[in-house]
Amino acid sequence: MTLPENVVAHLQEVLRAPDPPGERYMLHEPVGQGGMGTVYRASDRALGRDVAVKVLRGDVADAEAAVRLEREARILARLEHPGIVPVHDVGTLRDGRVYYVMKLVRGQRLQDFARGAGRSDVLRVVLRVCETVGFAHAHGVVHRDLKPANIMVGAFGEVLVLDWGIARVVGVGPAPDCTVPPPSPVSSQEAAAPPRDPETAPGTVLGTPGFMAPEQARGQPGLVDARTDVYGLGAILRAVVVGDTDGRDVPRPLAAIWTRAVSPEPGARYPSAADLASDITRFLDGQPVTAYREPFTERAGRLFRKYQTAIILVLTYLAVRLLFLVMRGF
Amino acid sequence: MNKPILGLLLGGALGALDGLSALASAPEVKPHIMGIVAGSMGKGLVAGVLTGVVARKVNNLAIGIVAGIAIAALLALPFALGTDPATGKRYFWEIMIPGSIVGLIVGYATQKFGQPVPQRT
Repeated sequence: MTLPENVVAHLQEVLRAPDPPGERYMLHEPVGQGGMGTVYRASDRALGRDVAVKVLRGDVADAEAAVRLEREARILARLEHPGIVPVHDVGTLRDGRVYYVMKLVRGQRLQDFARGAGRSDVLRVVLRVCETVGFAHAHGVVHRDLKPANIMVGAFGEVLVLDWGIARVVGVGPAPDCTVPPPSPVSSQEAAAPPRDPETAPGTVLGTPGFMAPEQARGQPGLVDARTDVYGLGAILRAVVVGDTDGRDVPRPLAAIWTRAVSPEPGARYPSAADLASDITRFLDGQPVTAYREPFTERAGRLFRKYQTAIILVLTYLAVRLLFLVMRGF
Repeated sequence: MNKPILGLLLGGALGALDGLSALASAPEVKPHIMGIVAGSMGKGLVAGVLTGVVARKVNNLAIGIVAGIAIAALLALPFALGTDPATGKRYFWEIMIPGSIVGLIVGYATQKFGQPVPQRT
């Protein structure tokens, strides 16, 4: 007997789908895919709510990837912030793959949000991303994979930074320890050994081209710090502001902000995400930004736009006075 | 800076300038310019602080502007209805229209700028 193709495909899909132990989480369709894992929508039967479960992908399920995913869960659990998805649970599947359970976030990826939103709304979202990333930096965590696809704008306006899979702990506060046994299949010798530190080895390149800082692209993990994420934030800013256009109508101060943020030399970038956020805020408030020395004409134009109504009212007053003066002449 | 203070300062400054502008529009009043400036400035101070109080109570640009014009026009009216003792002339529109525009500016400024009142919880 030959099964129809669609039935075979369905069976293959069922076989591929992870099988969480204890039947607390019932997995549904995949809702996202990262470098290491697949995220599924799932039902938490114990609490009667939808959650998201990130499971290590079968094709990358080695011991190092497992430690990295578990480490991601621990980093996320440590970073309690409105801009970071809360983690509820972590565990190991029957087949040895690590998974963790987090809040299910519904919304749009930043690049989709940016297509339908005004520039100032997009900039405010980038500001929120800067705040979240700055919070992570304050806790010694560098994201290293910031890009529009890793930013979610939720249905209630919440802005979440996702996929901390290659985040790096850079020395502020204790690194999350890895106490869950390494997943099978591994040799007995490997199983007896302590979990390997998943820190990126020199020469290893992790990240996304176009959003990855040069020192990261060159595989120099020793040079990775908060300014590496500042580069990613600048690249995000450029991507969402320019979008599909040629970028000709972008104000020069705004272009100068991302130009400084994506400087090839880390020392030429903003020293922190907070400094980048301050310049974006100044731009939104119609104030001069530190990244751009504006000529007098542009400064006058900016001040006129900012105080347009007040200036027009004063000019009206002067015009009325002049009118009476002229009328008196006649 | 709170809104009544902003209205006071702006109203006083614009009132003084409005009084000084009489030198250009009616040079014959030069001997009385100090009195004119003082009167115009006093009127601006009172109108400014009243408009600022309105702005603190009501957060509405249209109402703020109308209040600014009305208060300034009301305070300018006695001056506009009087005649210049030196020349015997009446400068009704020369006083009412610029004075009202000053009220408009103060009404706009006190709505747009100045520290809002903290919301009670």
